Amino acid sequence: MNGVHDLGGTDGLGPVVVEENEPVWHAEWEKAAFCMFPFPFAAGFFNVDMFRHGIEQMHPAHYLLSPYYEHWVHTAEHFGVQSGKLDPEEIEKRTRYYIEHPNEPLADTKNPDFVAFAEGAVKGGVSARRESDLKPRFAVGDRVRVREGSPKDHTRRARYVRGKPGVIEMAHGTFVYPDSVGNGRGDDPQHVYTVRFDGADLWGEEHAEPNTTVYFDVWEPYIEPATETKGATR
Amino acid sequence: MTRSEISPSPSATYPRPEAEIAARVKALESIMIEKGIMTTDAVDRFAEIYENEVGPQLGASVVAKAWADPEFKQRLVEDGTKACAELGIGGLQGEDMVVVENTDTVHNVIVCTLCSCYPWPVLGLPPNWYKQPAYRSRMVREPRKVLREDFGYDVPDSVEIRVWDSSSEMRYWVLPQRPAGSEGLSEKDLAGLVTRDSMIGVGPTKSP
Repeated sequence: MNGVHDLGGTDGLGPVVVEENEPVWHAEWEKAAFCMFPFPFAAGFFNVDMFRHGIEQMHPAHYLLSPYYEHWVHTAEHFGVQSGKLDPEEIEKRTRYYIEHPNEPLADTKNPDFVAFAEGAVKGGVSARRESDLKPRFAVGDRVRVREGSPKDHTRRARYVRGKPGVIEMAHGTFVYPDSVGNGRGDDPQHVYTVRFDGADLWGEEHAEPNTTVYFDVWEPYIEPATETKGATR
Repeated sequence: MTRSEISPSPSATYPRPEAEIAARVKALESIMIEKGIMTTDAVDRFAEIYENEVGPQLGASVVAKAWADPEFKQRLVEDGTKACAELGIGGLQGEDMVVVENTDTVHNVIVCTLCSCYPWPVLGLPPNWYKQPAYRSRMVREPRKVLREDFGYDVPDSVEIRVWDSSSEMRYWVLPQRPAGSEGLSEKDLAGLVTRDSMIGVGPTKSP
């Protein structure tokens, strides 16, 4: 979707604000918000790509202005409610309760299986790589162009690379395809490549900084062979 | 199938007060605990891992080894995931890592324009600025200016800047150049020269 999350090349968002000696957690609530990824994931709320898509559906003003981990809370709630696993009225009721009783602690609960799951996920990861006998259509060195077009649902085909020519620098094998799995349509593994783009091809010769390149990963359906005539003029 | 619809904004006042966010998180956490989705001890443990155990000190140890051992460095740039696994480093959000090497003619920097992808097993969780719109929007468009004006880090025009936008599940990170004057230092001392920012590509290593 052409959402506000697709930020590459957007102008006017101001300077990068660096916090000196930034702590990992800025507030206690961030710890539980951070856990809105692994545990609801394990409970079948979403996969990683759907998790991202839930964030993309935040209101743009909310997305841009909220503290980062509120994004994670939003997507967990979004899928919890959508799947019927969470009752929205109950969420509102309890939120009001905790606004009025901010210091009321949650009772300690323990489950060694959840702790083991957390430790195992940190160590072992959750790989998006999928074996497939799909033959790659492209190879390192090929000149390609990113397809135009604006899907309305989840994609990783960022706007700033659409229609742009580049050269394949790496081939990584087959991975789950976000445009399918992120929209609840199954893994549909596709080849992933790293494409090198010249800054001048992305932004125009007169707007690009000298001697800069961008490397962007694409799934095979994102790209087509580049015709030299079109590629050279961008 | 999910619907790509912008969520309604009932209060339409952003940012929400922090107290309201905290209350909402507590409400969700309490419901998820009752439904057997999470427990407070698991929340504490998961948060603790990224507060105290998984952080840039791990990436620094990899870089130091690469500086000290040319054969390891070769393996690291050929297959970052496998080389890190030799040191017991890897896992969530680093299932497939690619280490990109700075040289006299190439400077690398990482970004995620679409969300906040970052190589957790070697750098820990990303700092806020990495996740915020300003960095994500500008780093692909004007990396020299961002490095110079926002990070005080000047890369001469003669050096190519390569910006790695982590759009897939590949996780890129930077192998900085070994600082001058670090000859003869132990791996442990070398690791002390490696900064988080040097592995993102927005800052220098320390001088010995």
